[in-house]
Amino acid sequence: MSLSFQDLILTLHRYWGAQGCVILQPYDMEMGAGTFHPATVLRSLGPEPWRAAYVQACRRPTDGRYGENPNRLGHYYQYQVVLKPSPDDLQALYLGSLVEIGIDPLEHDIRFVEDDWESPTLGAWGLGWEVWCDGMEVTQFTYFQQVGGFECKPVTGELTYGLERLAMYIQGVDNVYDLRFNDAGVTYGNIFLENEVEMSTYNFEVADTEALFDLFRKAAAECERCLGASLPIPAYEQAIKASHVFNTLQARGVIGIAERQAYIGRVRDLAKGACEAWMERAA
Amino acid sequence: MADFLLELLSEEIPARMQAGARNALARLFAECTSAAGLETGPIDVRSTPRRLVLIARDVAVATHASREEIKGPRSPAPPQALDGFLRKTGLAREQLEERDGVLFAVIDRPGKAAGDVLAETIRRIVSDFPWPKSMRWGDGSLRWVRPLHGIVAMLGEDIVPVEIDGIVSGASTVGHRFHHSGPITVGGASDYAQKLRACHVIVDHEDRERIIRDGAAAAAAGAGLALLLDEGLVVENAGLTEWPVALLGRFDEKFLDVPREVIVLTMRTNQKYFACTASDGGLAPAFVCVANIAASDGGEAIVEGNRRVLAARLADARFFWEQDHKVPLQEQAKKLGGIVFHEKLGTLAEKVERIAKLARWLVETGVLTADPDQVERAARLAKADLVTGMVGEFPELQGVIGGYLAEAQGEPKAVAEAIRDQYGTPSEPASAAVALADRLDTICAFFGIGQKPTGSKDPFALRRAAIGSIELIVGNGLRISLTEAIRGALANRAGQCKDSASAHRLDRTAPEVLDFFADRLKVQQREAGVRHDLIDAVFALGSEDDLVRLLARVNALQNFVATEEGADLLTAYKRAANILKKENWTGPQVMSSRAEQGIPQTGEEDPLVLVEEPGLREVIAEMASGEAGADLPEEKALITALDAAEPKAAAAIEQEDFTGAMTALALLRGPIDEFFDHVTVNDPDPAKREQRLNLLMRFRDAVNAVADFSKIEG
Repeated sequence: MSLSFQDLILTLHRYWGAQGCVILQPYDMEMGAGTFHPATVLRSLGPEPWRAAYVQACRRPTDGRYGENPNRLGHYYQYQVVLKPSPDDLQALYLGSLVEIGIDPLEHDIRFVEDDWESPTLGAWGLGWEVWCDGMEVTQFTYFQQVGGFECKPVTGELTYGLERLAMYIQGVDNVYDLRFNDAGVTYGNIFLENEVEMSTYNFEVADTEALFDLFRKAAAECERCLGASLPIPAYEQAIKASHVFNTLQARGVIGIAERQAYIGRVRDLAKGACEAWMERAA
Repeated sequence: MADFLLELLSEEIPARMQAGARNALARLFAECTSAAGLETGPIDVRSTPRRLVLIARDVAVATHASREEIKGPRSPAPPQALDGFLRKTGLAREQLEERDGVLFAVIDRPGKAAGDVLAETIRRIVSDFPWPKSMRWGDGSLRWVRPLHGIVAMLGEDIVPVEIDGIVSGASTVGHRFHHSGPITVGGASDYAQKLRACHVIVDHEDRERIIRDGAAAAAAGAGLALLLDEGLVVENAGLTEWPVALLGRFDEKFLDVPREVIVLTMRTNQKYFACTASDGGLAPAFVCVANIAASDGGEAIVEGNRRVLAARLADARFFWEQDHKVPLQEQAKKLGGIVFHEKLGTLAEKVERIAKLARWLVETGVLTADPDQVERAARLAKADLVTGMVGEFPELQGVIGGYLAEAQGEPKAVAEAIRDQYGTPSEPASAAVALADRLDTICAFFGIGQKPTGSKDPFALRRAAIGSIELIVGNGLRISLTEAIRGALANRAGQCKDSASAHRLDRTAPEVLDFFADRLKVQQREAGVRHDLIDAVFALGSEDDLVRLLARVNALQNFVATEEGADLLTAYKRAANILKKENWTGPQVMSSRAEQGIPQTGEEDPLVLVEEPGLREVIAEMASGEAGADLPEEKALITALDAAEPKAAAAIEQEDFTGAMTALALLRGPIDEFFDHVTVNDPDPAKREQRLNLLMRFRDAVNAVADFSKIEG
């Protein structure tokens, strides 16, 4: 029988743990992508070697579909691996992980398709691919070139697996809510369907936009206070918070096209400030 | 002589960069070897997603040895001269040769071994390679498009040793990522392609392209379908595979409700699949994907996986499509009021308002013949699809989606077509009206707020909008005064924002927009072989803003100046114009005073307009014609010729028969040549001088009636 959702995670943990990665737990804050975790953003800066793997819950309020779309979720999981410096055999290591979770590369068509990565809110970019398995994007594979406006030296290799997609593929399931979460009869839908319905309702209809605007301002101010106190980690947390509040405001449709750029710029400045403080502290 | 093989093995090179990379590789190799004097035969470049390969045939063993002799001072030489010469040549006194009392430095340069030149060439190629985007990896500092892992460099059967940032050249490479493990040792250029083929790598991209083209067609034919061949997709898939295998899959027929363009687009851009058609020409519920392996199960799992991915995408598209049908376009259009087009130019709804007004004006003034109500309706609905879910997912299909929705909600055919074709170059009058109004508005609106393109910066794609407008006007033969249209468009926007300042600026902005069109017209016509100076010459008339007529003038002009008569007339014109310029001659007194008053002179004004005194009128008329006091036969002949040519040319211009106008002007060629041969313009008698200058001016102005010949080059 193919891997359950939780066994998929456990298999990846074992595999990357054996490659010298520290297996971290999800960061206890709301964020839009596993990349935002300080174990990726902050640790990709500076000269020290670093290897880590972790699951991160990703919240993308605009992608919520009230549990009605079989492929789209406002809350889902990414499996994130970072290796600094990126080893020469990173592609082979990655392909090894696919074999480990049951994808035979002589039966399934694995492809590295150009996809440059850029995060305007993190002031970061890198080159790499989206990895396709039989035409489906299963992983984002990136060599970081810049983070927070700083050159990455050495370069961090980042692998981001879309866990639900991968599991759907392995289990041969067309609806995310039908995924076997474990082998004891619990489905993904049993755990998360109600969550999707309620969170979509909240994000699109209920969230108090005035309170959110206020929260954004406060997080930004707090971030700057932390920067003033040379505390990069708390400053970075406030930047993450501001970023998520901005995402929720977007879902509520209260940010105009023109303002959007200004908000992204504001978050980028906060994140960059935190990265600068981190670099100064490390130096 | 031996063949040279170079393979640069890396992680996957983006498909779209491979063709450029092959060219760059060949160019850099040729540049480096020829700069070093190494002779080679033909150079061949190939690529796969993981390798760039170059084979140079018949590489010389070494560069030629050379001997150079430099002549020095006489012997015995003064010490300073000798020292200088030794410094220059880097030799010692005893190494110089003396012949006939003169010192010579003889410098022997031995030939460089091919291997050394090639090693240096490889270093240069890697360091200077012009990737559109390159990166670092690990803790190295080398840059390549993706991590570079290996260099195979062999001259004949010998390795060309070179080391770059820890990568050491050798004879060993790898095969297909999944079909072959472990290293492969190649013997050289001669067996490289065969050895790799045995390890499931087809090095020749053209071979892979052929395999994909044929394989995809065969896969479709095998299912009784026809392949919608797409060469771009063939090349892209060849850039993504080392061992391409085309596989046919099917999708659920229910998705065929979705517009064909959407299905083909999502298959092509998102999945890189080919589409197929059934025997009736309609889209078939099938796709052809290209895998990179000969799968152990014959491709069953691959096809099934791809089918599911496509089904998810089409389900998404179908969902949006169904949602979009629930809302009439006129309702969607209302949402445009909430979308900012540009912070200084208001919302999209305001833009739609302007397009509707301008499009209606285009038909009401007879530029296009269509039902004004339908045109206005189409313009009002044209941008409504921008807020549909489908265009949100597939922005490339704006217009197309609106066209489908308009048709589905029962709009007249002309309206649906105008919406569908608004971003293209349609010839249906209603469609052309909307398409042209949209572009004119965009250009004028941005010029109105001072946002014109500069240098390489054209953030609002105004140049493209201008080219699009020109194509619509010229392609459809639309008779339109651009000045009027531009002023109308500018006034539209000024009126909308009740901005009196921009209304005032209109007089300044309108000519700027017209100049911009002139520039674009030159760029656009350059490809058709039309000379830019001739376009300038016609635009310089100042009165010509009808592009169709303008191009007719330009074409007649271009044909004319290519003839002997035309070239001669141009020469005579320049001579006359030079004399007038040198003499600073602006015509009879009356005209000078007009020029002083700052009244623009185009050469077409009636010089008598300000003269009230009837007796004076006649005198001045004679002066202006150059007739007063003409006594030499050549003067008289020129006057007669002008008297004959001017009305003929004027009549022809009136008829827009510009070839006829040129033919009439050609009659002046003989008389003006005779005039220059026999008449001294600078006669000591001031009266004669004046009347001859006036005659030359009359000649110049006659020619200028067709185009400003002073702008013509050559």
